Amino acid sequence: MNLVADAFAWLTSSEQWTGDGALHLLMLQHLGWTILSVFVASVIALPAGWAIGHTGRGREIAVAISGAARAVPSFGLLILLVLLFGVLHKPEAAVVTFVILAIPALLAGAYSGIEAIDRATIDAARAVGMSEWQIFLRVELPLGLPLLVGGVRSAALQVVATVTIAAYVNLGGLGLPIITGLALRRYDMILGGAILVALLALAVDAILGLAQRRALPRGLRSESPTTTRGDRTPAAASTS
Amino acid sequence: MGWALDNLPLIGSLALDHLRQSLIAIVCGFVVSLPLGWVAWRYTRARAILLTITGLLYTIPSLALLLILPILAGFPATSEVNLIIALTIYAVAIMVRAVTDGLDSVDPAVRQSATAVGYNDTHRFWAVDLPLAGPVILAGLRVAAVSTISLATVGILVGVSNLGYLFTNGLQRRIIAEVLAGLIVVALIALIIDALLVVAKRAMLPWDHEPRRGRGRKAVAV
Repeated sequence: MNLVADAFAWLTSSEQWTGDGALHLLMLQHLGWTILSVFVASVIALPAGWAIGHTGRGREIAVAISGAARAVPSFGLLILLVLLFGVLHKPEAAVVTFVILAIPALLAGAYSGIEAIDRATIDAARAVGMSEWQIFLRVELPLGLPLLVGGVRSAALQVVATVTIAAYVNLGGLGLPIITGLALRRYDMILGGAILVALLALAVDAILGLAQRRALPRGLRSESPTTTRGDRTPAAASTS
Repeated sequence: MGWALDNLPLIGSLALDHLRQSLIAIVCGFVVSLPLGWVAWRYTRARAILLTITGLLYTIPSLALLLILPILAGFPATSEVNLIIALTIYAVAIMVRAVTDGLDSVDPAVRQSATAVGYNDTHRFWAVDLPLAGPVILAGLRVAAVSTISLATVGILVGVSNLGYLFTNGLQRRIIAEVLAGLIVVALIALIIDALLVVAKRAMLPWDHEPRRGRGRKAVAV
């Protein structure tokens, strides 16, 4: 357990928290890539997922795209895009890579949220004279929100863990101490970096987990079956 | 295209290494997840602990895990065992939850009927619970299989040779075709394994032919 002690010694030494490569700056950078990528991916995937959920059409295409996106290794995709876009456009290459990583979970969250709603509820909304837009905005969106936030949660978790490889093409983030440690055989740096990534992931997961619980409309909060359904991340459901 | 054709033997042997490493990890992950998922499903106390731990495992960056594991377990970082253990851990992180969810999805009335007609616990688990949980478990297995195959490429960074070699070597030599070939072959292997799992599902779980959406709705209605 010497290594763990070394890692904590490295983490807590003041020189790691000052200067250009200070750990809190790397952490902010890491978080920045994550938020930007999940945001861009949401702009693309959520409207598409809602359209699929509302119309009930195009689900097979979404599942096929998600399956293909999952099968592509992010590490290789990042390298390919860096070579294709050129050295000056590394940030764009990284964001595109992480956006593709995040899309399947977001897409699945958006459409499975709407699909999980009891058809009778939607039929009732239509029967009382709501327009399609009203049905979407006032019935499907709020009722589907917990599963949607679940999708955002698993997308963010995957992206946080994967942004680590950005350091391999010199884009910083918390992967930097890991990649540098790999070259220098400094295991305290590697473990220290890993601990920080894991902590960041846990913090992101905890915040989104809380958001997921808050996302459940108040009228449904006492019903236990809905709560358990909302807690489940849609990642597993999406490839089937 | 030209590069790939000129280097077919290299791609082929790397693909075989890749397939061997991933398949062993997927099988090990499945074998480990089954009892863990059952324990999490059976004992409420264990459930919170197990699902939290497996959730935590998922947050460890793969590269760091590959570098730290050898120190903890005492084998060289470049050994294939290192990569396989790391991949198994991620597969377990995905599948324990799927096994638990799958067992949850079995209708309690069916379970009681099985007990009523005389199944003991062990027999009922293998003959009733597991097959009925099959579709959900298999969905988890498919996600785990595809992500294991694509994650395995990171192994090259610690010196375990597989299709990831085409990425790092392609970056160093700036050969776009080499990186692209690597991506396509990895994705193809993942999609083929996924398709084989679907075929296996049709053969082993023939009652699960109705589309998922219908079942999802029924579950909500009940």
